[in-house]
Amino acid sequence: MRNLIGVYTIWYRDVLRFWYDKARMFSALLFPIFFLVIFGAGLSRSIGPMAEGVDFIQFMYPGIIAMSVLMGAFMSGVSIVWDREYGFLKEVLVAPISRISVAVGRTLGSATVATIQGIMILVLAPIVNVSLTVWMVVALIPLSFLLAASMGSLGILLASRIKSTEAFQAIMQMLMFPMMFLSGVFFPLQDLPAWMSVIVKINPASYGVAAIRQVVLGNPPDSPFTIYLFGHTMGIWENIAVMAAFGLIMIILAMWSFGRQE
Amino acid sequence: MSEYIIQVENLVKKYGQLAAVNDISFGVEAGEIFGFLGPNGAGKTTTINILCTLARPTSGKATLNGFDVVRQQNRVRQSIGLVFQDSSLDDRLTGMHNLRFHAMVYNVAKSVRDERIEQVLKMVDLWDKRNNFVRTYSGGMKRRLELARGLLHYPKVLFLDEPTLGLDPQTRNYIWDYIMDLRKREGTTIFLTTHYMDEAEKANRIAIIDHGKLVAMDTPAKLKRMVARDIVTVKTEDNDKAAENIRTRYQTDVKKDGDALVFDVDNGEEFLPGFISESGIKVTSISLRHPTLEDVFLEITGHEIRDEEVGNSLKEAIRHGGPMRH
Repeated sequence: MRNLIGVYTIWYRDVLRFWYDKARMFSALLFPIFFLVIFGAGLSRSIGPMAEGVDFIQFMYPGIIAMSVLMGAFMSGVSIVWDREYGFLKEVLVAPISRISVAVGRTLGSATVATIQGIMILVLAPIVNVSLTVWMVVALIPLSFLLAASMGSLGILLASRIKSTEAFQAIMQMLMFPMMFLSGVFFPLQDLPAWMSVIVKINPASYGVAAIRQVVLGNPPDSPFTIYLFGHTMGIWENIAVMAAFGLIMIILAMWSFGRQE
Repeated sequence: MSEYIIQVENLVKKYGQLAAVNDISFGVEAGEIFGFLGPNGAGKTTTINILCTLARPTSGKATLNGFDVVRQQNRVRQSIGLVFQDSSLDDRLTGMHNLRFHAMVYNVAKSVRDERIEQVLKMVDLWDKRNNFVRTYSGGMKRRLELARGLLHYPKVLFLDEPTLGLDPQTRNYIWDYIMDLRKREGTTIFLTTHYMDEAEKANRIAIIDHGKLVAMDTPAKLKRMVARDIVTVKTEDNDKAAENIRTRYQTDVKKDGDALVFDVDNGEEFLPGFISESGIKVTSISLRHPTLEDVFLEITGHEIRDEEVGNSLKEAIRHGGPMRH
């Protein structure tokens, strides 16, 4: 019970901070718009339709939702490092709640914020000619949350090990950008050079992006946007399973590592 | 077994080969103000971190409020309040949010939560500013908010780690008034580290730690009596003759300092009247200085307490954006 209150309090603080940080909210919406407008306008004419009835912007759109979620999720680790820098982490670490509940609260808090950031992108749907259904929105919320929680735990795991802000930011950028760009946000994952194809399939974010795209653009078995793993086409539930398995391992490692730090 | 609220036995903390805390033992009585002094790097912060469950001892044992700091961490944490020298507030939220957060994680019952928050905020004169974001607070206001927060769950022991470093004298006095008042009303035990010797004087007992070892522990008065005698500075019409007189009559070493003579005696107040009437040489001026904790510190550790501290206060001042405002 005590630990649940701890989880809730840590979660609540993250959400409250996001609510008061209007600049962050604004940039969470603006950044994806830049990508959609610039890449969309710049590339869609030369690239042409990606599949039957799907142009480049429509293809990219679910990727951008996933990208917003990923960026929000990576903030979880960053905010722990900031809290350490500004001292607030000490208040959290001497509080009579377990370290594990701190790690869980943090993961859920940043996942909530990341989900909100992802869902905010849905307001752009009419502009890119994607028709939203209620089912789509309902499915995207847990899916975004799962993607964010998995990636966010990775951030928390790193933040509990790497104490210096500079080092953490450097490592985060080295991880974040390849994970984002090599996850199928901007291009389909089929017919890639062999080396890239391997990286894409190792990258856990790819499965989250694929699942989100399957929800938004439909899930035909012969879709050119799915991941082929060992000659097998990954269906939406299989993508979710990979995500969940990765997330589970990460959060266990994050809880263990965060609990041990002094 | 312990009437002590904090009991430390043979505590050791090693970082690699270096023993930051090297086999120290002491007890703190319930309700006392316990001063913990030592130069930087002496092991003060490490000891406090162990007592606050932020670090694990390499060996030895420490209990706080009867709870073991390694095996009963949450019980210990519930028993303590902390005011750190570096801010540990969330400055992106308001003062009120910070206190609510604290009340929630420290399990302050919902029924008394708001009342308690109002009480502590009024105590530190921040009730009017409760809905302002902490980043808009001055250095002194932040420290007062931390003090309010540290008291919110009525801790048995309040750790004050340099609670007034970098604050202006007026704010320092304010903060001490609150602390003294609290101790009177709640019987809170106070574990204090400070570089201000006038603050250290407020302690009932002082422990001095150097190179990870406890080198002295007693009341401020006894510590002063232990290491230094009262210092007399005198000017006379014939200093040479007076110096000779003092040497032979009182068997004490006399130093010349400009046109004055300086020497030390056991009990200055009783010494002076006799000295003036018996010396036979006209005394033109005389002054008596009691040893300070500064002298004690210098004598015991071989360095002044402020030696390495100038850099830190400067850093502190810069971090808080120049001169302190109240």
